[in-house]
Amino acid sequence: MGMTFAEKILAKYSGKKETMPGEIVTVKPDHLLTHDNTAAIIQKIKEELERHGVFSSDLSIIVIDHVVPASSEKTADNHKKIREFVKKYHITHFFDAGNGICHQVVVEKGLALPGSLILGSDSHTCSYGAVNAFSTGIDRTEAASLLLTGETWLKVPQSIKMILKGKLSDNVYAKDVILYIIGDITASGATYCSVEFHGDISQFSIEDRFTMANMGVEMGAKNAVFPFDDITRGYLDSIGVPSSAYSPVYPDEDASYMEILEYNLDEIEPMVACPHTVDNVKPVKDLEDIDIQQCLIGTCTNGRYSDFQVAAKILKDKKIHPDVRLLLLPASKSVLEKTLETGVMQPLIEAGGILLPPGCGPCLGAHQGVLAPGERCISTANRNFKGRMGSKEAEIYLASPATVAASALYGRITDPREVDL
Amino acid sequence: MRIWRYGDDINTDMLFPGKYTYTCSTPDEIKPHLLEDLDPEFARKVKPGDIIVAGKNFGCGSSREQPVVGLKAVGIKAVIAESFARIFYRAAINQGLLLIESAEAVKAYKPGDKISIDIDKGRITVGDKEFSFPPLPKEILAIREAGGLLNYTREKLRKLYG
Repeated sequence: MGMTFAEKILAKYSGKKETMPGEIVTVKPDHLLTHDNTAAIIQKIKEELERHGVFSSDLSIIVIDHVVPASSEKTADNHKKIREFVKKYHITHFFDAGNGICHQVVVEKGLALPGSLILGSDSHTCSYGAVNAFSTGIDRTEAASLLLTGETWLKVPQSIKMILKGKLSDNVYAKDVILYIIGDITASGATYCSVEFHGDISQFSIEDRFTMANMGVEMGAKNAVFPFDDITRGYLDSIGVPSSAYSPVYPDEDASYMEILEYNLDEIEPMVACPHTVDNVKPVKDLEDIDIQQCLIGTCTNGRYSDFQVAAKILKDKKIHPDVRLLLLPASKSVLEKTLETGVMQPLIEAGGILLPPGCGPCLGAHQGVLAPGERCISTANRNFKGRMGSKEAEIYLASPATVAASALYGRITDPREVDL
Repeated sequence: MRIWRYGDDINTDMLFPGKYTYTCSTPDEIKPHLLEDLDPEFARKVKPGDIIVAGKNFGCGSSREQPVVGLKAVGIKAVIAESFARIFYRAAINQGLLLIESAEAVKAYKPGDKISIDIDKGRITVGDKEFSFPPLPKEILAIREAGGLLNYTREKLRKLYG
């Protein structure tokens, strides 16, 4: 019997010939990602660190991104403790505030490679499936244990094959596809499972794949992965990673899947996830007169170059609605630089946008655009949970950068197909 | 013993709002904000031995472990749900918080029912009905028996380094 991507990669990392769903294996991941939570993680194991040090200075990837620059004395102190830890234990892969959101940095710096295994104390660690890595989220305590021992257990998941057929229509993007899928399968529809995307995937760039893999956890998946192809190779070439540095993992043709689902891309329209769950998904055209006060373009889901490019096309030489704040949150310093160099950011600022520093920004409600009671925000992020961006009396809608830009223009949730370019 | 009943998709923001993630980490810092946006009564009234009964996908969302640390610290005896999100499930194993996945038990529960749990036998009684739940795999039992993952890791380090 053939093996799925998850079965193969977990066999590879546990030194076995094959694995079966349900089996528990011990693995040594290539990397362990932690971010601002590193401060709390190392606090748990102070004595053990003093006595034994870290398992390997190359294992950790630490990115300060969640509350940057520090918003309070407490967050500043956390950052300071992380910097001291990094110096003391000679952590190789450290990215201080300003470099960007951890997931974007991990991919851009070539730390997530095809066929690699990465664990991270952040739920959106599943993003690296975009480049054919197996990656998944863990809690802080497990990250602490991994820092010391370099290994942990994983249960081999069942796999779901999603076959994407056809071609996306104009003004429909990867974000609409993943929202459509989550609306169909529900927020728990892939719980504990490995999701594999197959079919007509050559139309999806690495940036598109990132958006889709990033939201795997929003359907409960353990990981979400794209097969390695010319698009993956082309992207890795462009960031200077030679093909000799990685070995992609391909699922077998005769692998056994818990479920095989087919989606017709031609049928997908601009979609929006309505409050307060990510699976409360509706076509944008079915929503009527929902006025909004804040628009957010950015985050690890949709804060990349092509996202700002789409928004700039819609907002160029126009002004956003006077009752709307438009927040622009590039996923990394290099995304920010590219949008500045190519003139993509300028029209967004001229239209009335507020540029935030690369990082997680207001996505988790800690700072930089917190919502007041009764306010509504349409965002390109991945979660619309009650209270996530501040007040529990606020509402969050999730959509593509095109839909968010169109909505900024009219001050109400707007189908990007309605905008005259 | 009080039973707290909640619905489907109770996410980590409802269990512990994200805005406190980088300012509250210790049990005492976490406790006052537990379930703040879901049920403001919970933090004030919860007592050791209480049980939570919930629907599908309990604990979905962020990987933050404050919800688990907090529920353990206030003495929640078990969370019984139709299903759990996987990071939350792992975090509960690592903190030694008992989670029982039993859609049957959740569906059988009516307000006023008493619930008792026999971990060793894998049995749960809801009112006058009894249900079984599968035993934990040995790898996970070992973590539970050590009193959580950090203790388990400390034992491992002692064996390695003495």
